[in-house]
Amino acid sequence: MDLPERVHVRTTINGQAQEFLVPPYMSLLDTIREIAGLTGTKEGCLDGNCGACTVDIDGRIVDSCLVLGAEVDGQSITTVEGLATKDGLHPLQQAFLEEAALQCGICTPGFLVASKGLLDNEPNPTEGRIRHWLAGNLCRCTGYDKIVRAVQKVAASS
Amino acid sequence: MVQTFDPKSDYKVVGTRPIRHDGLDKVTGRAIYGGDVKLPGLIWAEVLRSPHAHARIKSIDTSEAEKAPGVFAVATNADFPEPRSGEIDTGEDVVNFERDTKNILAKDKVLYKGHAVAAVAAIDRNTALEATKLIKVEYEPLPPVRNVDEAMADNATILLEDLVGDHLGEDVPHTNIARQFRHEFGDLDRGFAEADLVIEKTFTLQMVHQGYIEPHNATAIWDESGHVTAWSSTQGMFAVRDQTAGMLRIPESQVTVHPVEIGGGFGGKTKVYLAPVAAILSKKSNGRPVKMIMDRNAVFEASGPAPGGKIIVKMGVTNDGKITACASDLMYEAGAFPGSAVGAGAICIYGCYNIPNSRIDGFDIVVNKPKSAAYRAPGSPQAAFAIEQVVDEICDQKGWDKIQFRLDNASQEGTRRGDGVMFGKIGLIETLEATRDSDHWKSPLEPSTNGKLRGRGIASGYWMNGGNKSTVDLMLQDDGTVVMNEGSADIGGTRASIAMQAAEVLGLPAEDVHPFIPSTDSIGFTATTGGSRTTYATGYAAWEAANKLIAEMSNRAAVLWGIDASGVEFDAGKFSSSADPELSISFKDLAARIGDTGGPLSSTASVNLAAAGAGYAVNICDLEIDPETGKTDVIRYTAVQDVGKAVHPSYVEGQIQGGAAQGLGWALNEEYFISDDGSMANHTFLDYRMPTSLDLPMIECILVEVANPLHPFGVRGVGEVPLAPPLPAAANAVKDAIGKRMLDLPIKPGRILEALAE
Repeated sequence: MDLPERVHVRTTINGQAQEFLVPPYMSLLDTIREIAGLTGTKEGCLDGNCGACTVDIDGRIVDSCLVLGAEVDGQSITTVEGLATKDGLHPLQQAFLEEAALQCGICTPGFLVASKGLLDNEPNPTEGRIRHWLAGNLCRCTGYDKIVRAVQKVAASS
Repeated sequence: MVQTFDPKSDYKVVGTRPIRHDGLDKVTGRAIYGGDVKLPGLIWAEVLRSPHAHARIKSIDTSEAEKAPGVFAVATNADFPEPRSGEIDTGEDVVNFERDTKNILAKDKVLYKGHAVAAVAAIDRNTALEATKLIKVEYEPLPPVRNVDEAMADNATILLEDLVGDHLGEDVPHTNIARQFRHEFGDLDRGFAEADLVIEKTFTLQMVHQGYIEPHNATAIWDESGHVTAWSSTQGMFAVRDQTAGMLRIPESQVTVHPVEIGGGFGGKTKVYLAPVAAILSKKSNGRPVKMIMDRNAVFEASGPAPGGKIIVKMGVTNDGKITACASDLMYEAGAFPGSAVGAGAICIYGCYNIPNSRIDGFDIVVNKPKSAAYRAPGSPQAAFAIEQVVDEICDQKGWDKIQFRLDNASQEGTRRGDGVMFGKIGLIETLEATRDSDHWKSPLEPSTNGKLRGRGIASGYWMNGGNKSTVDLMLQDDGTVVMNEGSADIGGTRASIAMQAAEVLGLPAEDVHPFIPSTDSIGFTATTGGSRTTYATGYAAWEAANKLIAEMSNRAAVLWGIDASGVEFDAGKFSSSADPELSISFKDLAARIGDTGGPLSSTASVNLAAAGAGYAVNICDLEIDPETGKTDVIRYTAVQDVGKAVHPSYVEGQIQGGAAQGLGWALNEEYFISDDGSMANHTFLDYRMPTSLDLPMIECILVEVANPLHPFGVRGVGEVPLAPPLPAAANAVKDAIGKRMLDLPIKPGRILEALAE
């Protein structure tokens, strides 16, 4: 078979410079998962309604299923794998563990990336602000209670 | 003989809140879910699905797809071996492989929009998807049967021509009613004659989806030796093994299922849709691993939602507040093939009440919608929605206290359930009392200051909980920790709750028991994580295996000290001699001596628990309604539940909070909106409106602990009953707010505006 057309992309993922050839139709989600091999970013709906594939692109919180891999040339992406450092877990990761803010865990990477996006810009959000910000991320297990409390805990300690 | 216990209430590990063992992998993105499985030579498959809700398949031509570049193989129902006919008890589940194969790849007819017709394996996902479009299917469309009324009409279109209905024991051909059954006790006519007030209401319900965020997935290899190896997101790896083996007609020993993390299930991941198809495609692709992920539309249109239907409840009470009689008809949508949760709904509908004269009729009805599956206390939320509103209406009309009425008529030990089973030790009364004494119930609802209409509702719910088969293996490590293998899928914290029960017996901290879930070839049979059985039954096996390990270690201590094993005691992490206080060794120190006292130690325990301790929940819901838009906001919510013993209270609360959220979605927004052509109009998360963080308040939990005498720590299953009370609690609150009783689900803004306009 003929090889389909590919687009050349240079990007940074979790601080590492990366270079790919991606099919023009391939979503950023699939680029991250299938080409970069980072499967922490999850597929839930592929139409931008669940937030399981949330990543950070240059400080913006984005559903990676709605972005093409070919679009991120020159941009910097952070996924859940980029939250912890060699010094340990991100405070949100630690708080999610301590507050039992996950059950099945499939939405957790998206919630962590989205929550970090909030706290990076607003260190002390109200409960209402947290709920509003996270409304683009669906969780079906927790009823959100313990997720909101985990974010509040990190906000309070900042 | 069922062993009973008199559990204590204070423990060292049970009842604490350690960080769950699998948590780190799940907050770092390291955990491997079904979609994350990667194997050498992996290819992808996609499914062609029916555009019709009901049609005869006249022909399928796959030749163009097979020739397409990058395509390895195409599968249709014709690739299944001739299935065994009839219902087969696999020991875990009653299955009908003939229907199950037709459900996962249609034969002769498509029975719902989205019904799988063919599957294509190709070099990548996109190539597979494009190739499905090259398959030509000729359909003869048939009228869709869209609800139970259409299905039961005299001149109804028949879905399954070969279905012979069982109507109260009589064989009835040419019907959409697969089964009608009845539970009857006492003298119903006399009971209603004794009543001073009789209320009868008819309720309608729509199908709803479990809404797990992770779509169904499977990866399978069918190799040259005939062995199938599969990875699939499931609540039960043994169920995947048995269903795959059954559909492919190969021995169970020829199927190995590797567990992967599961991204939510709630009952919906108990049925197999993809693994056998992936296996067939693998065989046709020379044993390449084939991976399949359902897209979200297909998850809605073609997995296993919870039944909608119709419920009629008629209840009679005397002026002194006693129920004299109740009659109920439960008409549940099974979907395209028989087997709705109406049986469980019938068991549950009177679960909270002592009713001297009663009748329940259940109807299992096929309609042109996806084959329904379990959804958290399957059948019970629908039943609760109906009966709890009738109870609320009675209390409203008589001016009675809604908790006192429930207490006066409450089920307790020895009460006969609606299907005749006698209750053991249950905690409904304690749960109602805790609700009555709660801060929420004692704080009057503040009047609204913003023009919105406020109301408070209360409702109770019941789920019987399950026991069944479980296996746990423990392996003592030289460093004094213990590796634990268990067979239950961990859908939300059960590695922790099972390991904690072993740790309690072993005198170890929770962190020193390392839980693993190995493949079906590496652990004894363990039934599906469902029926709220896992922490109860697999936890029981962990308790038993831990006791066996301690007994073996006592023998080793005896060898060490040259005394008889009967003289060794174990307490608080220390083995000691009852005769000589000088002889004492810690668990850790003894573990280090295992090699020279006889060699490595492990223990195993398998249980098959016939009974479980029932679960009860009572919820209080405060909400306010915008009379301009009809939008409902829940402003305070309290869920009270008898949990027996909360092994890890945070995850027990999590189950309760999650159930409340799902129940409020079901009550206020969620539904399969069925178009005239029988298709689901709202098959995305945008239009199928599940609650977001913005839609909910904090969910307050009150854990009542009435120890279950069937479990060494008093555990009751906690996962399912939380979904029963929210539907009626919200409906009763809406009635309180607007003065109108809402009999049809969901209670969406349009319906509220209509009710306000009346």
